[in-house]
Amino acid sequence: MATPAITAAGIDKFFGEGEARTQALRGVSLQAYFGEMLYIVGPSGSGKTTLLSVLSGILRPDSGSVAVEGTEIWKLGGDQLADFRLHKIGFVFQDYHLFPRLTTAENVAIPLILKRVSWSQAIASALKYLEVVGLKNRADLPPVKLSGGEQQRVAIARAITGQPDILIMDEPTASLDGDTGQAIVEFVKKNVLNDKRSILIVTHDSRIYQFATRVLKMEDGRLMAIEKGGPPV
Amino acid sequence: MRGILKLAYKLLVNDKAKFTALIVGITFSVFLMVQMMAMFAGILNRASATVLNVGAPIWIMDPAVQTVANTIGMPDYVLDAVRSMQGVNYAVPFYSGGALVKLADGTYQSVTIMGLDDTTLFGRPPLLEGKLEDIYGENAFVVVKDTEFRKLENPSVGTQFEVNDNRGVIVGIAEVSSASLFGVPTLYTTYYRALQYLPNPRFTISYVLAEPKQASDIPRIKQQVQALGYLALTRDEFMDRISDFYKYQTNIGTNILIMTVMSFIVGLSISGQTFYTFVLENLEKFGALKAMGAKSRELISMILFQASFTALAGYGLGIGLCALLISLARVRLPDYAAMITYWDLVFAFVMVVIIAGVSSYFGVRRVLRIEPFEIFRG
Repeated sequence: MATPAITAAGIDKFFGEGEARTQALRGVSLQAYFGEMLYIVGPSGSGKTTLLSVLSGILRPDSGSVAVEGTEIWKLGGDQLADFRLHKIGFVFQDYHLFPRLTTAENVAIPLILKRVSWSQAIASALKYLEVVGLKNRADLPPVKLSGGEQQRVAIARAITGQPDILIMDEPTASLDGDTGQAIVEFVKKNVLNDKRSILIVTHDSRIYQFATRVLKMEDGRLMAIEKGGPPV
Repeated sequence: MRGILKLAYKLLVNDKAKFTALIVGITFSVFLMVQMMAMFAGILNRASATVLNVGAPIWIMDPAVQTVANTIGMPDYVLDAVRSMQGVNYAVPFYSGGALVKLADGTYQSVTIMGLDDTTLFGRPPLLEGKLEDIYGENAFVVVKDTEFRKLENPSVGTQFEVNDNRGVIVGIAEVSSASLFGVPTLYTTYYRALQYLPNPRFTISYVLAEPKQASDIPRIKQQVQALGYLALTRDEFMDRISDFYKYQTNIGTNILIMTVMSFIVGLSISGQTFYTFVLENLEKFGALKAMGAKSRELISMILFQASFTALAGYGLGIGLCALLISLARVRLPDYAAMITYWDLVFAFVMVVIIAGVSSYFGVRRVLRIEPFEIFRG
């Protein structure tokens, strides 16, 4: 766990203007390492999702820097940043954002299609990842025919099918019952986490803390405490 | 890029309800636009039927003539003068006029009578029955077998009728390439018989039909005819003049234009709104794609592809539907006055491209504005 995947320093982020201007992140600094599963926890409005967005190249900070594998991502241009996300980051959204008009396999194949892999190769690769998450027999079904847990696993398969170095999971257990949520995170830790990958999870769910390498607590836009693991920086 | 476009295609066609609404909207818009224009093109074509059927290269007429049926007699010296002009290969008189025919059962029927030059019979139609030389026989007429033919009680060779108390006999049945617009049967006879049978004004030549020695002689012939105080037009120019009359000096063109514009607006409204709704419903998904690393130009390509695919499919179906309707109408009405021209196809295509462009413009704007962060925030 020695190599930092992400190094963030002094990140500030404001929303709104004038009297409505609020500071969502206040000088946040952290490092995320390869081979670790880093949780960012805290109450609603504490800035967890904003921090995750800044770290993953989705939301530009007002100040501070984010280096991913040594590259300052906020110095990249629009297309370079999109390429960075495509090749380095895998996303598991809170609401999954699966495409209901596509089959499960086609959903999983999307990152490869965006990488210009041929359709047939992308589907073949997607089937392999569906096998990893135990859903190969559901490949031809639309996601709406799957249970919540299955949809979450499809979202995970989609996030890892492009073999990203960093996996971002936003509230991965929010739409799942307790047992399914734990099973999913345990599955991720066993099957998705490896020495060349870093997983960042934003969650409220203390029942899954047991799977974390480190747990950082945010409050009011600041990293306030380490609930588990070593120091954040 | 092919994979991304295939993704766009699947997102579009798998949303069956929206896709059907889009296709139906554009199909009917194209159908209405093309049908309106085809009907107008058919009317214009019929209005120029005599010019097409006679086929003379140059038509000489009074400058006030606007349509082929609206003839103003010219004095005989015009024919002599044209025959004397440099560059004229030949010139013949042509009569066109209306008459009432009394049929065997005592009823009257309006007809158009064409008087062909006695010497050459220039402009004669091809005969289906009878012999051409019989037109020189006593009281001889040739009847055109078109949709109006039945109004003369389906005459055959030998059928008799009366025109202004003169006996007429059908000696031949002819066909023409284009039926007339005016819904009356057409009879051909010789020029001088037409003058004998029909009440005549002072000047009797409706048109002088001429042929230039060479195409390059046409401008000179026009100048010489103009110097006489008359007007010489080529076949195409005369047809354009007739078309212009119906387009600009009657309300037909205006009404067709209004209907066409309304069809376009209906199509644009239905398709634009449905496509925009489709994009809005998929906005989060586009945002998710953006978060995953799709570039703006790829998202634009997806939307443009979806809009173009829908537009082209609707265009093809609309044209097909229109062609089918015209074909079905012709089963019942063989001379149904509608024809799809290349210009109709081009115009409808341009309109469809505009519909696709406008529909996708608003969708593209929304998709470009969506921030992936909003997807994260839910």
